[in-house]
Amino acid sequence: MDRFQVAVQTEDFDVGAETTALQQLEAGAIATFIGTVRSSADEPVEALELEHYPGMTERQLGKIVEEAVARWPLAGVRVIHRVGQLQQGARIVFVGVASAHRRDAFEACSFIMDYLKTRAPIWKKQHTAGGASWVEARASDDVAAASWDQ
Amino acid sequence: MITVLLFARLREELGTERVELPAPADGWSLAELISALAGRYGAVWQEKLTAPHVIVSRNQEVFTDSERFRAGDEVAFYPPVTGG
Repeated sequence: MDRFQVAVQTEDFDVGAETTALQQLEAGAIATFIGTVRSSADEPVEALELEHYPGMTERQLGKIVEEAVARWPLAGVRVIHRVGQLQQGARIVFVGVASAHRRDAFEACSFIMDYLKTRAPIWKKQHTAGGASWVEARASDDVAAASWDQ
Repeated sequence: MITVLLFARLREELGTERVELPAPADGWSLAELISALAGRYGAVWQEKLTAPHVIVSRNQEVFTDSERFRAGDEVAFYPPVTGG
């Protein structure tokens, strides 16, 4: 198994299988993040549609993982981002990081998500009872990503 | 030929996801490329592609101002990303 993997796919992923693959590296620590389709109280999201730039998304995710590997001693990384139509509560993204120590695993996992949110060419359109609208980018995501450069 | 791709809101606003246009031998600056697109497809392209926050990539890397677009390049225009 390639210890560093990124994937963009329509199908769901198996969190147990992903974590087990990292565990088999016997690194000592695994940190994971799973993003899901949220339901807002005032206007329930019925579905989320994710569009991406095929080719560039995989390339940018690969570069983000390379940057993480350059910053922290990592034994393995698995990143999966789903695209297409996703229902409320569905899994969107998985980031799993294996390292010898928890701090490195936590930080690298957080770094990968912060960079993914500002660099991977992926866009969300939400469908609610009131219609469809593109999700607006948040300035706080740029601040979070920039904080790793300080 | 230069391939131009549009994504998300820009794709919807301009009503297409991909166009191709012949490039001059010495290439185009970003402003020249956008003018050429507006000349072919309408002034709305100038307006939408020069709007604040539009991101430009060249061959799947974010574009830097010093570069020129040449035959064979894949250029994309897209709004701020919202994945994750």
